[in-house]
Amino acid sequence: MTAITAPGLAGPATAAWPRIGREWTLALPLAAFFAVFFVTPLLLLVAVSLYADAEMTRFGLDQYIRFFGDTFNLAVLGSTLLLGVKVTALTLLFGYPLAWLYTRSGPRMQSALILVIILPLLTSVVVRTFAWIVILGRDGIVNNLLLSLGLAETPLRLLYTEGGLVAALVQVQMPLMVLPLITTLSRLDPNLLDASAALGAGPWRGFLKVTLPLSLPGIVAGCLLTYAAAVTAFITQSLVGGGQMLFMPQYIYQQTITLHNWPFAAAISIVFMMSVLGVVMLFNLLGRASKGYVHA
Amino acid sequence: MPDMQRPTLGSASFGLVMGTLAGAALLLLAAPTLVVLVTSFTDGYSLKFPPPSYSLRWYASLIDAWQLQDAALVSLKLGAVVTAVSVVLGTAAALAIGRSRRAWARGLDALFMSPLVLPALAFGLASLVFFSTAGVELSFLTLAIGHIVVSVPYVLRTTLANLAQLDPALLESSESLGAGRLYTFRRVTLPTIRNGIGAGAFIAFMSSFDNIPVSLFMADARNEVLPIRMWQILENSLDVRAAAVSGVLIAVTVLAMVVMERVAGLSRQLR
Repeated sequence: MTAITAPGLAGPATAAWPRIGREWTLALPLAAFFAVFFVTPLLLLVAVSLYADAEMTRFGLDQYIRFFGDTFNLAVLGSTLLLGVKVTALTLLFGYPLAWLYTRSGPRMQSALILVIILPLLTSVVVRTFAWIVILGRDGIVNNLLLSLGLAETPLRLLYTEGGLVAALVQVQMPLMVLPLITTLSRLDPNLLDASAALGAGPWRGFLKVTLPLSLPGIVAGCLLTYAAAVTAFITQSLVGGGQMLFMPQYIYQQTITLHNWPFAAAISIVFMMSVLGVVMLFNLLGRASKGYVHA
Repeated sequence: MPDMQRPTLGSASFGLVMGTLAGAALLLLAAPTLVVLVTSFTDGYSLKFPPPSYSLRWYASLIDAWQLQDAALVSLKLGAVVTAVSVVLGTAAALAIGRSRRAWARGLDALFMSPLVLPALAFGLASLVFFSTAGVELSFLTLAIGHIVVSVPYVLRTTLANLAQLDPALLESSESLGAGRLYTFRRVTLPTIRNGIGAGAFIAFMSSFDNIPVSLFMADARNEVLPIRMWQILENSLDVRAAAVSGVLIAVTVLAMVVMERVAGLSRQLR
């Protein structure tokens, strides 16, 4: 359908509400907003990262050379990307069975489960992270339990360790994994599993050969969201990880706020964004491949 | 017969493994919230768990905590402004790109969604660079602009999901029966996407209320937001008042969630 309103005939009402074919104009306000306040700042960030010195007088690739020339920086980037992998893998390991349990439960149980799953998503990240300080602290639950069971003589240092940080991030990001999995698993045709059982396949075989492959799109979507959230979780990383470990978000913050080195902060932001984007694109490719697999 | 034995053993072990992992996941999801709630009623000065004895003293101490109150007020005001603008911009954009399969629509969709996967801290820094280059002083307005960019995707996502369920034949029949565009929108489109907009608005509000990465760079001294205030408390003094604030936030979140579940079917909108 095309717009057939003659310019002269368009009254105030039609002007305010475009006719069919001109619906795209409704995207203009947000597109303009994003062009000015999202795309332009990011382009400026690239420009600032190309200053050779912290005083921003000369242009050059010095910041990038500095970043990639120092193994310390590469270690920070590597440990950040690896942290995301660890958190995502563990979240999948625990989240998948939970999503599976949800799809097998009755309606009442489902509404109870969904509230438990969504609550952490909507609770403030500071509050969730704070909970882990209470759990992992010197006087915390884990230490009290270990001491009373005689498994430890003195309180262990659990806070500010990578194990503690991974545990906290798994909990904080779990809903992002479980929700897409629930969507995919609910859409699976139960007849397929029945057929597999009727043909003599046990539950493990049915799960590995039918359920798991068919839920790949949900797995990919969940992993993508979890990964992106885990590597950028500034608050959890800085409060549970403490000053002992340095990850990219804190590194950017430190360079900007404490050291006022904008060009270097911009350069490491760009490197970080590109790395995350690379992982996201890899996931998307996997997602597309897995969808093709499902429809084949 | 071994063939009869295998499935039962298999189903027992399968159920056990899946059930145990799911149970552990549930415990992991629920425990931290409960721990914070219990700790907030402590009578002591430390975050010991379980608390030595219980009282409401830390909740009472919030009455004079004017810094926390000011920060909470800024966060509430900010969330309201951000949500209102996000709903208008996001819903309009969703209507535009929702039923188009063209390349520009998919491109815009990817652009509008990208703040969700891009490191928010990098965007915060970019905004700081942008406003300082433009010579604009940081204010409530710049803070709100930064928040809108990262909140719009939520409104867009839920609204788009609902638009996908709208049968185009309904729009055509409404049109062919002589209904105007605005009338069709009000009577056909809006009822279909209303819940999606509602849920999206709710999540957009929560995401703004909870945002730290953008606020870190965009907030000036006069506009300190609650999560940053709390973060500073936790980093510096581990003040037990943080537990009481957390308790209030959890209670309000649970209440809002139950209301939104009733009104807009929140959990269905999130999937």
